[in-house]
Amino acid sequence: MALVSPRAFGRLLAIIVKELRATLRDPRSRITLIVPPILQLFLFGMATTLEVKHFNVGILDNAGGKASTEFVQRLAGSPNVGRIVRLASPAQLRSEIESEGIIAAVVIDPRFDRDVAAGRPASLGVILDGRRSNAAQIVAGYIGVIAGSVGLEARSAPVMMGSVVRNAFNPNLDYVWFTLPSLIMMVGAVSALTVTAQSVARERELGTYEQLLVSPLRTHEILIGKMAPPLIAGLFNGTVYLLVAQIVFGVPFAGSLPLFYLTLVIYLLSLMGVGMLVSTLAATQQQAFLGVFLVTVPSVMLSGYAGPVDNMPPWLQTLSLADPCRHYLVIVDGLFLKAMPWEALWPSVMPLIIIGAVTLSAASWLFRARKE
Amino acid sequence: MTAPAAQARSVTKRFARGAAPALDAVSLIVATGQITGLVGPDGAGKTTLIRVLAGLLRPESGEVEALGAAPGVRAEDVGYMPQRFGLYEDLSVLQNLNLYAELRGLPPAEHAATFERLMHFTDLKRFQNRPAGKLSGGMKQKLGLACALVRTPRLLLLDEPSVGVDPVSRRELWSMVGALVGEGIGVLWSTAYLDEAERCASVCLLNEGKVLFSGPPVDLTARVAGRVQRLDDFDGGSRARLSELLARPDITDATIHGRSLILVTARDAPPLDPTSLGAGPRARLSPAAPRFEDGFVDILDRKSSGTSALAATYAEAPRGGGPAIEAKALTKRFGDFTAAEDITLNVAPGEIFGLLGPNGAGKSTTFKMLCGLLTPTSGSGAVAGRGFAEAGPAARARLGYMAQKFSLYGDLSVAQNLAFFAGAYGLVGARARDRSRELVEIFDLHRYLPVNAGTLPLGYKQRLALACAVMHEPPVLFLDEPTSGVDPIIRREFWSHINGLVERGVAVLVTTHFMEEAEYCDRIALVYRARVIATGAPDELRAQAARNTGRTDPTMEDAFVALIEAADRAREATDLAA
Repeated sequence: MALVSPRAFGRLLAIIVKELRATLRDPRSRITLIVPPILQLFLFGMATTLEVKHFNVGILDNAGGKASTEFVQRLAGSPNVGRIVRLASPAQLRSEIESEGIIAAVVIDPRFDRDVAAGRPASLGVILDGRRSNAAQIVAGYIGVIAGSVGLEARSAPVMMGSVVRNAFNPNLDYVWFTLPSLIMMVGAVSALTVTAQSVARERELGTYEQLLVSPLRTHEILIGKMAPPLIAGLFNGTVYLLVAQIVFGVPFAGSLPLFYLTLVIYLLSLMGVGMLVSTLAATQQQAFLGVFLVTVPSVMLSGYAGPVDNMPPWLQTLSLADPCRHYLVIVDGLFLKAMPWEALWPSVMPLIIIGAVTLSAASWLFRARKE
Repeated sequence: MTAPAAQARSVTKRFARGAAPALDAVSLIVATGQITGLVGPDGAGKTTLIRVLAGLLRPESGEVEALGAAPGVRAEDVGYMPQRFGLYEDLSVLQNLNLYAELRGLPPAEHAATFERLMHFTDLKRFQNRPAGKLSGGMKQKLGLACALVRTPRLLLLDEPSVGVDPVSRRELWSMVGALVGEGIGVLWSTAYLDEAERCASVCLLNEGKVLFSGPPVDLTARVAGRVQRLDDFDGGSRARLSELLARPDITDATIHGRSLILVTARDAPPLDPTSLGAGPRARLSPAAPRFEDGFVDILDRKSSGTSALAATYAEAPRGGGPAIEAKALTKRFGDFTAAEDITLNVAPGEIFGLLGPNGAGKSTTFKMLCGLLTPTSGSGAVAGRGFAEAGPAARARLGYMAQKFSLYGDLSVAQNLAFFAGAYGLVGARARDRSRELVEIFDLHRYLPVNAGTLPLGYKQRLALACAVMHEPPVLFLDEPTSGVDPIIRREFWSHINGLVERGVAVLVTTHFMEEAEYCDRIALVYRARVIATGAPDELRAQAARNTGRTDPTMEDAFVALIEAADRAREATDLAA
């Protein structure tokens, strides 16, 4: 027997076409495929950022000389700083921080100007609002950079000034450079999981499931058919993001296009395996939807998007190995910003292949087993 | 004359602008102290009308009155039982009653006495702590009724209370509601079962949103009085004879009734002469009592042709060489629950075999095992000569399956549905195109090709479902309640196709609890409490029931009830002995 007989090919084609039509003709799933990805693109691209902007800094200037004035002016001139609040006393400093009028206060020591002029290490006191620890740390970083620049320029000879940070791959630490590639990971996960998980459950609810099972269609043919719409939607969304990231948000894509698409397909397959598993376990579309919710949120949380995987407790790090999002985040960031070559991608691609193979086999086994 | 409990005058309701009206100038009177039947096939507008009367839908035009006020005003005096009973499945029987009592504002002091009375009335006292979801269909329905009666209503609206319920429970329900009517309550009972119409004092017959007939049911049957005859002892098979007789212009309707045929002659036709029928020398005609259904068909004034264009081109199924469907001691257990036990049956090529039984009795389980949807716990079987064990896709390619409620892809057009099923059944290229074109021709689907299957009129949905099921000309057909809820003409058309296919050697297995459908079967297995309690031709089962009960000429439903009661008695006897 030929590997693919015309009949088998006809069956496969029939179910793929049917699945695509069923997805595209249903207004609800059409919306699921198109609207949330676009919405997320703009929400995430514009609203979420770890940059801190428009913050107010208090200054308690006990020096008032050349160097300190220079520092205050530079601080005020920084595009990230909203307003400089001149503080008269430590008590006022305290009350401004408490009322969240300022996020940080800089106390300039009376010896500051003299130390700078003499080329001695000069020090500034920085008081941060610890309630907003994340933002405060970033602000501390900004203040440090500005203080460093004052020191550098005040002196003709180079001196020890602590560390100077240069960020590799994203020199300006532009947050969008990190957000947009991650979005491909996130939106891919949400749309592929939702569409896949709904498909079998929907047939079961409509009563067409049994009609499929009594037809000569093989289990793997049904599953392949079910995977066509999320795969095509995922590739479409991925392409839109790739273009919008470069054209609208100016994020450079440094890597190889063929590798981008190859890894995207592998990523989508692993997600569809998970989605199919949810789908075969759910009896109704509602259960499938809740199941997807149960899977999607932790997957994104564990991916390293919200916080580095290395910061998680060891058991969570182990768990995150089963999360396709975690591996793909490494791949997509690497492709966008670092032009990672295949050898460097492979350690992240391989787990995706394993996850996909395991979940898809489990789903097809369950699919058969649920016939009882 | 007392004021009616409810009435509607020329009520029109459309669900979408420009759509065909769900109700088209419908008028109805629900008199007090009697049961008014709201009768019609699925999609006729029954539920819409009931919801209008209950004040849940506002009509577009027309006047509605319930208990002398606008609908919804006297809500505390109206009992409403929606389809699917409106029960909370996770709450127990008693909790459901309690909830409805609170919702309907029954004074707490009256709770205990009312529940006691209702549970006695419905015989649910033994099950008062069981969750409603775990009750059988018949019991759910009784509980639904009890909830509607928690405050004694003056108007009772029942939306298809008997759908999907076995005849035994159906009879109990009728006698319960009959008792209420004695107390002066006005009851509106909607149903798609035409035999129930005859039990109502007055009937409103709806079809496609229009009232076809309104008045006492005898007035409708009077339309065909003297024109209904029964043909017995004719030569040849009843299916071939039926299709021949339907070709005559003086016969407007004919149906199979066991080994007899029921004929309805045209209005002005001269009396039929048995010798002119070409039905053999022994054929004899006798007058038969007209049924409500005969009157309905007469009003519809459409005639099903009785011949099947589908069968004419259908591949002749192989005869001989053993049964087409075979089950040997099939048993299915789910945990410690036995859904089907020791089921043995054979269906020959060219035979229609019916599985009849109450809901939950095991007929669906048996059906699913035979078409490969369930793997039996023990026992064996074969379809089209291939055993279950080796079955798989090759065996599935030899069977056609038509699920209850036409499970097609509603968001796909008719053409796309056909294309999918052609591909799924391995038809490729020119053959797929030719076969689809042929089916479109046979079922007259041309003008609906670009239309979404979900929005087709019921009759066309059914045609499309059959077209998809026979796409690959299978020698074995599985039909799951294929014609419940469709109008009698659509049902006749459907069965004339099936009859035609059977004449070409196709074997048909059908599940039903619809008595009219049972009449089309050559043999019936009655499934009850997971077992087959009787097998035989419809006439044999009727004869058996006649012997058991002493009734002359029992209906199929009488036979069904009698056989189940006999099985219950036998069970009790063995239980006592044990």
